[in-house]
Amino acid sequence: MENILNWIIWLPIIGMVAIAFIPREKDNLIKITAAVATGLQLLLTLVLWQNYDAGNGGMQFTVRGEWIPSFNISYILGVDGLSLPMAILTALLCFIGIFVSWNINKAVKGYFALFLLLDTGIMGVFLSMDFFLFYIFWEVMLLPMYFLIGMWGGPQREYAAIKFFLYTLFGSVLMLVGILGLYFTCGNTFDIQVLKQVAPEALQGVTWWGMSAIKVIWVLLFIGFAIKVPVFPFHTWLPLAHVEAPTAISVLLAGILLKLGVYGILRINYGLMPDGVYWFSGALAFLGLINVVWGGLCALAQTDLKKLVAYSSVNHMGYSLIGMAAVIAAGEANGYNLKAAQAGLGGAVFQMFNHGTISAMLFILVGVIYDRAHHREIEGFGGLAAQMPIYTGICAMVFFAGLGLPGFSGFISEAMCFIGAFPIYKGIVIASTIGILLNAAYFLWAFQRIFFGKLNEKYTDLPEINNRELFTVVPLLIITLFFGIYPAPYLDIISSTMDVIINHVVTMATISGM
Amino acid sequence: MTNLQSLSFYYPELILTVVILAAIIYDLTLDKSQSGKVGWLLVVGLIGVALAIVFQENKVTTLFSDAIVLDPFASFFKLIVILATIFVSIVSLQSGELKAYRKGEYFTLLGIITFGLFLMVSTVDLILVYLSIEIVSIMSFVLAGYLKQNTRSNEAGLKYVVYGAFSSGIMLFGLSYIYGLTGSTNYFEIQHALAGLDSEANTAIVMAMILMIAGFGYKISAVPFHFWTPDVYEGAPTTITAYLSVAPKAGAFALMIRFFNQVLADGGGMGGLDSSSIATLPWPEIFSLLAIITMTLGNLVAIQQNSIKRMLAYSSVAHAGYMLLAMPVMSGDSMYAIMMYLVMYLFMNLGAFFVVITVQNKTGGETFDDYKGLGWEMPMIGIVMTIFMVSLTGLPPTAGFIGKFYIFASLIKGGNEFYWLVMIGGINSVISLFYYLRVVKVMYFEGESHEKIVQPPTVMAALLLATAIPTVLLGVYWTPIADWVQRSLVFFIQTL
Repeated sequence: MENILNWIIWLPIIGMVAIAFIPREKDNLIKITAAVATGLQLLLTLVLWQNYDAGNGGMQFTVRGEWIPSFNISYILGVDGLSLPMAILTALLCFIGIFVSWNINKAVKGYFALFLLLDTGIMGVFLSMDFFLFYIFWEVMLLPMYFLIGMWGGPQREYAAIKFFLYTLFGSVLMLVGILGLYFTCGNTFDIQVLKQVAPEALQGVTWWGMSAIKVIWVLLFIGFAIKVPVFPFHTWLPLAHVEAPTAISVLLAGILLKLGVYGILRINYGLMPDGVYWFSGALAFLGLINVVWGGLCALAQTDLKKLVAYSSVNHMGYSLIGMAAVIAAGEANGYNLKAAQAGLGGAVFQMFNHGTISAMLFILVGVIYDRAHHREIEGFGGLAAQMPIYTGICAMVFFAGLGLPGFSGFISEAMCFIGAFPIYKGIVIASTIGILLNAAYFLWAFQRIFFGKLNEKYTDLPEINNRELFTVVPLLIITLFFGIYPAPYLDIISSTMDVIINHVVTMATISGM
Repeated sequence: MTNLQSLSFYYPELILTVVILAAIIYDLTLDKSQSGKVGWLLVVGLIGVALAIVFQENKVTTLFSDAIVLDPFASFFKLIVILATIFVSIVSLQSGELKAYRKGEYFTLLGIITFGLFLMVSTVDLILVYLSIEIVSIMSFVLAGYLKQNTRSNEAGLKYVVYGAFSSGIMLFGLSYIYGLTGSTNYFEIQHALAGLDSEANTAIVMAMILMIAGFGYKISAVPFHFWTPDVYEGAPTTITAYLSVAPKAGAFALMIRFFNQVLADGGGMGGLDSSSIATLPWPEIFSLLAIITMTLGNLVAIQQNSIKRMLAYSSVAHAGYMLLAMPVMSGDSMYAIMMYLVMYLFMNLGAFFVVITVQNKTGGETFDDYKGLGWEMPMIGIVMTIFMVSLTGLPPTAGFIGKFYIFASLIKGGNEFYWLVMIGGINSVISLFYYLRVVKVMYFEGESHEKIVQPPTVMAALLLATAIPTVLLGVYWTPIADWVQRSLVFFIQTL
């Protein structure tokens, strides 16, 4: 049990090494190895969940080792209520992603090896509690992603891959400057738990370029994370990368990689610079509003179904940002409104998970129709309801989940975000209801154009969704429905950690030092 | 220490001299087709020299009446130079370009460059500064033009001579200023004399310093003294290009660290203390500026290249810029960072050139077009080249990242006034990603799966692994190197 986090992170690498030794013509063996590696990883995360003590909001299953003592870099892993659901989501989507990629037939060996490397990178970010280690894993993701988009992607794949890489690397560089700044001002340590205790005080009164160091480092790290989320105006890499990537990679991009940004802000910015939270939360909520409205408007304008889904991610991550901003409700200036802070933060974290499952399904479904029709133009279809009834039914459910219909998990998390933010950001919350409207509009309109009306002559022999594809969608759909009706199991896991975060932000912030 | 006493501490260099002489004589006994054996003699001899350095008594002193110093810092750079020379000697035996030529002189000249670099990293006397730079330069001119039948190589040799003569002339002019101002060629005496000068002399010192930076900048190919770099790198035998991009650069950095900290500053930085430049000379500012234009121009021009060799030439200009970033800080940490960077840079840059040599041997080409689909045809080359490119960009978990990490860390630790240098350095890394990844893109995205897989010859494969494995390994675990650098950060100093 002590080493379970090690196994969870390094299992895919073991799978990758195994794949390296398999002769490259044995496609099926490679795929099975990848499935076994990710399957075991999923099992282990479930075991972790079973053994996780939900009442304790702190770090659990900590692993600690020396790495580079001369620079005080350690190997520290840990899991809490914030990272546990993300770890489970990662394992789940990677496992499903292997089956989504089952029909890959170009350079199979390379594809699955890189896929597993990506898996380790993502899992590592969620579980590492040393800032240097965190950064290494953060960067390790980039190269496999570049290859996966650039080699197995759509027609504009090369441009999309390099744009994604340049954008994220730019963010990482800013982040590195912030990390080093924190390291040297806070007593030469990368240990996130120690930094959490030391940084809020150590940064008081320190100046960078004549400005408060808290503000500068906050912004440096925020930009690094915001590019991943992506927060407007750093979102322009996203539609391109999502559209050009192969289906399984779009699933991982939307399902997990975007969550890394929000996770990073909550773990690092909120943990290390609580003063910055007060300073920035208004802007955060406002950026959330722009994301919601801008993402919605852009989605509405798309003619390509995959692009529409991609912009829906921009739209949905906006809710998370608004919810996160609500944390300050628990502070003195806002009358110690703990309930609002809990709702907002809980909603933001729940929304991460829900968007992970829902957007994954959306991309899988787009992939299903693309594999059959070889295009994704919304106007190019029509009347598919008669041709593919099962597919239509599932699509209907998933689209409803995407637009936040009650009964699906998305509704609950979005509602929580709004409830939390309403006491402090009334104007922003009211304005962002436009986004909900847009959200419903683009999904329903797209649904209508694809499935209703006259059946396009070309598609009279389109085959129904097959069992493998059903296997990839149905589990996610069940999870979405289950949490939509009964979210308590999820909220139980996260609630005590959320309280810890809220408490930390409220008590450690002094505001005066800014 | 007197000359005679000094000899007993000078035996690594003496062994090297014997090896060089033995190489000349040995070459006389060999046929043209057998002349490669001299290379093995050099390799064995250099291993002997390296052992002599490693097992040398750990003494910090000056030799030959304060002309050169013996300290761990110098030994560190000597070992780096030996490592690079050994790598290049072995790869030279595999190079297709050199096949038609007699190689005896080639290896002898490499040995002499090594000797010159030994002097360069340990000198504390202006005369020897000039002499060592000239020894290295003149041998490099010959080696750059070694391919007699190849006009590009001839052009490279000649261009190198012209630029080299010009910049060493300028440097000599600067040295004469310093001698005129202080009446000495010895670092320690100059330092004392400069500190005692009136502020009226400041202009003259600044002039002298700028003139000298021209000489040093030429050796590390810093902008604007880099104009020879692309042509020489492109025309010279690729083995020599690889050598020039690593060994003389390491030597020149050692020279600069010693010169600027011992002569133009109070020497505190070398003792791990706070340091400041003499008479508030603006050399930290000058280095900041130099670093910025070197990185930025190197990277921006590298983007436009069509020849991989030329691209790597500009990339080496950019890397000189990254290392220069740490110069203005003048602290022990910044020297530490430069030394770390050089170790990491040695493996990744030599490795990248080894790939170029392998491809050249196979196809004879060195443009991006020649790399089309290479990742499919020669999977090993594809993988190691990807590692080198990623490492040169500075992405974890590779050695290149660790090098940059230490440079940036020393700047952030250095204080507020250096933060903007880190930002510019970081943005430059992002720019460099574009052209490094272009190699990867060409190798993998523009080609199809091959039925027939080509493996590089065994020795080449071994060399590629010998550079690729450290490039990855040092990105994950670099404590041994960090400890070595830490131990080597001991200078013979005289503080004001």
